[in-house]
Amino acid sequence: MMEGLDDGPDFLSEEDRGLKAINVNLQSDAALQVDISDALSERDKVKFTVHTKSSLPNFKQNEFSVVRQHEEFIWLHDSFVENEDYAGYIIPPAPPRPDFDASREKLQKLGEGEGSMTKEEFTKMKQELEAEYLAIFKKTVAMHEVFLCRVAAHPILRRDLNFHVFLEYNQDLSVRGKNKKEKLEDFFKNMVKSADGVIVSGVKDVDDFFEHERTFLLEYHNRVKDASAKSDRMTRSHKSAADDYNRIGSSLYALGTQDSTDICKFFLKVSELFDKTRKIEARVSADEDLKLSDLLKYYLRESQAAKDLLYRRSRSLVDYENANKALDKARAKNKDVLQAETSQQLCCQKFEKISESAKQELIDFKTRRVAAFRKNLVELAELELKHAKGNLQLLQNCLAVLNGDT
Amino acid sequence: MAAEREPPPLGDGKPTDFEDLEDGEDLFTSTVSTLESSPSSPEPASLPAEDISANSNGPKPTEVVLDDDREDLFAEATEEVSLDSPEREPILSSEPSPAVTPVTPTTLIAPRIESKSMSAPVIFDRSREEIEEEANGDIFDIEIGVSDPEKVGDGMNAYMAYRVTTKTSLSMFSKSEFSVKRRFSDFLGLHSKLASKYLHVGYIVPPAPEKSIVGMTKVKVGKEDSSSTEFVEKRRAALERYLQRTVKHPTLLQDPDLRQFLESSELPRAVNTQALSGAGILRMVNKAADAVNKMTIKMNESDAVRWFEEKQQQFENLDQQLRKLHVSVEALVCHRKELSANTAAFAKSAAMLGNSEDHTALSRALSQLAEVEEKIDQLHQEQAFADFYMFSELLSDYIRLIAAVKGVFDHRMKCWQKWEDAQITLLKKREAEAKMMVANKPDKIQQAKNEIREWEAKVQQGERDFEQISKTIRKEVGRFEKERVKDFKTVIIKYLESLVQTQQQLIKYWEAFLPEAKAIA
Repeated sequence: MMEGLDDGPDFLSEEDRGLKAINVNLQSDAALQVDISDALSERDKVKFTVHTKSSLPNFKQNEFSVVRQHEEFIWLHDSFVENEDYAGYIIPPAPPRPDFDASREKLQKLGEGEGSMTKEEFTKMKQELEAEYLAIFKKTVAMHEVFLCRVAAHPILRRDLNFHVFLEYNQDLSVRGKNKKEKLEDFFKNMVKSADGVIVSGVKDVDDFFEHERTFLLEYHNRVKDASAKSDRMTRSHKSAADDYNRIGSSLYALGTQDSTDICKFFLKVSELFDKTRKIEARVSADEDLKLSDLLKYYLRESQAAKDLLYRRSRSLVDYENANKALDKARAKNKDVLQAETSQQLCCQKFEKISESAKQELIDFKTRRVAAFRKNLVELAELELKHAKGNLQLLQNCLAVLNGDT
Repeated sequence: MAAEREPPPLGDGKPTDFEDLEDGEDLFTSTVSTLESSPSSPEPASLPAEDISANSNGPKPTEVVLDDDREDLFAEATEEVSLDSPEREPILSSEPSPAVTPVTPTTLIAPRIESKSMSAPVIFDRSREEIEEEANGDIFDIEIGVSDPEKVGDGMNAYMAYRVTTKTSLSMFSKSEFSVKRRFSDFLGLHSKLASKYLHVGYIVPPAPEKSIVGMTKVKVGKEDSSSTEFVEKRRAALERYLQRTVKHPTLLQDPDLRQFLESSELPRAVNTQALSGAGILRMVNKAADAVNKMTIKMNESDAVRWFEEKQQQFENLDQQLRKLHVSVEALVCHRKELSANTAAFAKSAAMLGNSEDHTALSRALSQLAEVEEKIDQLHQEQAFADFYMFSELLSDYIRLIAAVKGVFDHRMKCWQKWEDAQITLLKKREAEAKMMVANKPDKIQQAKNEIREWEAKVQQGERDFEQISKTIRKEVGRFEKERVKDFKTVIIKYLESLVQTQQQLIKYWEAFLPEAKAIA
């Protein structure tokens, strides 16, 4: 039913750009500018048109576009994660998979239940569900775009070769999704990693900065997770209540058209009120979702990426210390000393490199976070005010009419 | 007429109470002595009875006087007159208490008067208008409040006692402000009495609130949680609305049982409240309705009949629409409560997040956000209450009221059926007489003639009853519609005003938060 839902070029409305601005201070300089100019939703996949403008010599042209799918984004992300050179950076979190299942299910149920409701109700609900679908669609586009922009803004990552291939290579990257075996491997890898993480985190850090960051991030991550889940539930309840307004409006309308007394005008007016107020309530819920829930969800992922960075640093520290111990042993036994020395030097370099860049990354993370929260909280408050005032106006107008009639 | 009549044999063995009542009614008007022994029952009320027996068909100027005097009659407290009629059985209450009697002749006299004056519409209308004027003039002069629920007793015998306060300037009450303690079964008892007296003659008696075993058990057991307090509050509000609707009805307001309920400090316990519960009565009504519907009823096509059919259809539609709306509103109440709970949870979570945030300004802003959300959660809770107590309960009240209206229409059907049956029986009796004439059996002929006379009277009575109930229903429906329109308009406007308040509060909260958010540096 939703095949080929093709959005026009300017479908990214103001709010969606707001999502991009979750990461403020992105230097969208002339050197490299990336955005998603178009998107197509097909039955089981979404095709994003990635558009690049660049003055860098690496690219053949100054402006070009390719079509990419979600799996290719994941491939790019994973290639960053697996690259040892980037161990010292916060890897921008991968965009979540586009999930239209719930929305599609609802549309299907609506289609099945078409016979049991009036024509107006059906049209109303259909419009509602289509709007929902569109909103989810816009969100997933925005999240993929944010990922690309973060990469493009990062001084090191933007130079990555895979990234350039991703942007430029105008044929299929032949990146298939992970098959079962690979997913299982990933699962085990994650288990090992988290077990290791526990061990590694036991190592007390000499550096105050990192020690503080570690405790902070651990707690922050958990609390953001909780807040994000609760915010989600809150916005969903809000949406349910708005949906109820819809049904109440329809019932009042039916009452109004069928009643024989002079109350029918009254009912019709109130029904109209409920219809209008419902639109506002739906907007409130959508804005809360965008400015609050999405913000928290994004920082959940970012804080996880920051934690991963700390883990990698701790890991390299442990490796460094182990290398030291090995060197001492080798010197004591006077066996393989050169080997141990090189190994120790390598570990030391790695550790120092990671530490240096990690410090900067974490400071940047904080700046970004504060700015994003500020922007979103301000916008949230402004939108809530705008909607409440709109609602108030509606209600007062309606009351004036109703009181005038009686 | 009074002399001729004898109690008709209840040979058909119909179990329904209302049948008995209808036959019983006739007795009351014919015998002066069958005055109810209720303290507020006026002795001079025998006057109308005598007048009626004297004038079977024509209205008399005295009738007008009667109507004017009615108020005064009721105000006079007289001595008790014992009641001794073998025919009448206590219908719903097994207690021998004299207060619990199914029918009060004094109030039934009102319909009697009207039916007698049918042939002289001028006088009748005047008298009716006067009654209504008086009723209208006084109707807004009585205020009922139900408050202060108290738990009395312990364990499974415990019950909630409610204070019923009446403020009025009506002359029929001895004081202008008074209050009594009543329990839920008392309300049910009141309703059953009123229903048994008035439903079958076409008055729309407001139904009592539903019984709830689960809710009451929790209260009895002593669970002091929010759900049992909510239950008690819901019940209290429902009882208040019930009484307010009942006193708004001009005929019911005159009823001595109602007055006793409001005024007397001791009320005999109404037993068998299982049967007395609103649901029980409605179930009875509905069963009777089903039985009636199964009969194929052919009625003459006339304006009056069409009016009734149309109205019935309208009420059917209204019932369906209201039910649908009620379901949606209940869903809204549910979701708003959910929203309130989720907002509270989020507020706590945001506070925690603010605590762990190490940037001071952002931390403070997040704490402020948590506070705002907490206040908003309160707001949602209050709004959910308004959703429920104003909107949802209004709808459920009217759904039950419409069931009562449907019951009244069905009584009319039964009345018609009875009339038809009487006509058929009369025909049979006439045929029997003719046969006797042919067979020439003098004693049997006499018996046949007696029976014919008896059934002629029954046919007349049946016709009168039917026209009476039709008239009453038309008036009642008119009144009901007016009340309904007023009720809905008032309540919905109040509800919208609650929504306005919520929005105004929201604006205040967010306006306070905005500078905090902007202050994040």
